[in-house]
Amino acid sequence: MKKINLNKLKELFAYISEKSSLFLPIESANSINFGMYDEKAKVRLDVLKTSKSPKDLFFPQSETLYSCQSAKGKISIEPQALQNDEFVVFGMKNCDFAALEILDKVFLSEPVDTFYKARRDNATIVTLACARPSESCFCKAYGIDCAQGAGDVSAWIIGEYFYWCANTQKGVALLEKTAHLFEDADEADVESAKAQIRDIVAKMPLMSLDLKNWGKGKTAEKFDSPLWDELYKPCLACGTCTFVCPTCQCYDIKDYKAGEKVVRYRCWDSCMYSDFTMMAHGNNRTSQMQRFRQRFMHKLVYFPDNNDGVFSCTGCGRCVDKCPASLNIVKVIKAFDKEA
Amino acid sequence: MSECTCHKDYKLDTLVPQIGVITDITDETPDVKTFKVQALGGGKLFEHMPGQCAMLCVPGISEAMFSITSSPTNKEYQEFSIKKCGSLTNYLHEMNVGDQIAVRGPYGNHFPVEDELLSKDLLFIAGGIGLAPLRSVINYVLDNREKYGKVDILYGSRSKQDLVKLQEIETVWKNAKDVDVHLTIDNPQDDWDGHVGFVPSYLEELAFSNDRTVLVCGPPVMIKFVLQSLKKMGFSDDKIYTTFELRMKCGIGKCGRCNIGSKYVCKDGPVFRNDEIEELPNEY
Repeated sequence: MKKINLNKLKELFAYISEKSSLFLPIESANSINFGMYDEKAKVRLDVLKTSKSPKDLFFPQSETLYSCQSAKGKISIEPQALQNDEFVVFGMKNCDFAALEILDKVFLSEPVDTFYKARRDNATIVTLACARPSESCFCKAYGIDCAQGAGDVSAWIIGEYFYWCANTQKGVALLEKTAHLFEDADEADVESAKAQIRDIVAKMPLMSLDLKNWGKGKTAEKFDSPLWDELYKPCLACGTCTFVCPTCQCYDIKDYKAGEKVVRYRCWDSCMYSDFTMMAHGNNRTSQMQRFRQRFMHKLVYFPDNNDGVFSCTGCGRCVDKCPASLNIVKVIKAFDKEA
Repeated sequence: MSECTCHKDYKLDTLVPQIGVITDITDETPDVKTFKVQALGGGKLFEHMPGQCAMLCVPGISEAMFSITSSPTNKEYQEFSIKKCGSLTNYLHEMNVGDQIAVRGPYGNHFPVEDELLSKDLLFIAGGIGLAPLRSVINYVLDNREKYGKVDILYGSRSKQDLVKLQEIETVWKNAKDVDVHLTIDNPQDDWDGHVGFVPSYLEELAFSNDRTVLVCGPPVMIKFVLQSLKKMGFSDDKIYTTFELRMKCGIGKCGRCNIGSKYVCKDGPVFRNDEIEELPNEY
């Protein structure tokens, strides 16, 4: 365990960002999101949840797959180069790191998504324990301990000091490179901080959410429930939940013309949108109820079906905070609990 | 079901296509054309199995999934029979021999031609453009004739002009060993002396013995009534296969839109056995 005084963090960031890109929570235009560090950046490690999850560092909101030249019926294809530069993500929360491991199950399973894999391979991830979990957090329901570290390096902010320890080879490399800035720390400081965080977790209302009625093999039981017809009604189909969600991975592939070239890119999409499943000859989800049901059935039943019971939700609570109609996965789970 | 074999030896990302050349175009019906596609230097773009699909893309227009209608026993090219019904298919219908398209695949599982179908008496039931995926299996079976039992092909369309691959049906399939072809059209017309009526009722009229293994593809409404007829005739669900079509983007079970319950049509399908379909939620 090593520590550094908080007022020396700027020195640490400057040092890391000299060698590789550094992404961390930055305040900009009244919103805090992961962004690239420079010395003018307003770093906000104190924030519990960035507005968007850091998934777009690995699965960008929009990215080019390839570009084509097309003339007189002939085409040529130029694949997009993979991102092969190393980078550091600093201050990721455990729920978001757990979400990345869920995205891994999608993008790193065969056939591997090479664009995603390149970013995963080149990233060193420093997770930061949550000093003050909030009322909308429910990571514990998924077995995530926000006091404990994860990723390549685990970190804590305790009093005037920033503490960290390495979990992987990549983490060890980062700690070695920056060792001159750090001093040795007492494990006990961190252990007492963890205990304090867990005390807060125990008091948060949603942390005790019970998932016993969900998981693999529950399709027949849940799919035709009349509850969906009630629950979906306030849904505006805005897609905010899917955009802020750290595990939502649905994407679209589209193109645009850029002079002589056609650029094919992928971008986030949302199962909440009416054209998501629309084909030239029909649509198998024509109602918002069906689309709403799809989102929650996917997270709570279909994904566990295909991934040894793992839910596609980590309880980050962004949907709880951001839905303009106050809908969210907690409401869905509780509504079914009442029925059971 | 057989495992998906997509992209076992593919070097680039699976989302990046190869260039295919349209080397022949056949007008099948007023709204269906068959496109022969080869790799840039000639030959096939990839190896596939009957029932698999590929993504065809016209850069700047669109990209969509199509079943491969040629049999893998054909060593020269892949064929796609495509009905005009949207912006991409309209554009494809205006293309010429020599034009290039972007192709990726093959995607999905396939009909179990090398296991469950071996030595079985087969009954193919197709409606309209639904013949396209079944034609791949039919020609595979005919090219490996000794490995399968008797073959019956029941194929119907709106009119004689709407029967896809009619020439091949008349000259090849009707003359093949132990193959009976039963054609039907929806309404009587002057140049037609064959059966008139819908596929499900003709199926019941023909009274096939219910120990046949059945492969069905056609418009959803036809599939629905064919399945009802088969049930009435005593066919068991684990001997009936069909192929699904839903909106697809990635083709590899990651973009999240072609699922029916926990199954992705692009990856776990498009071929499903009816007892598997019975397990799926009703959202297809």
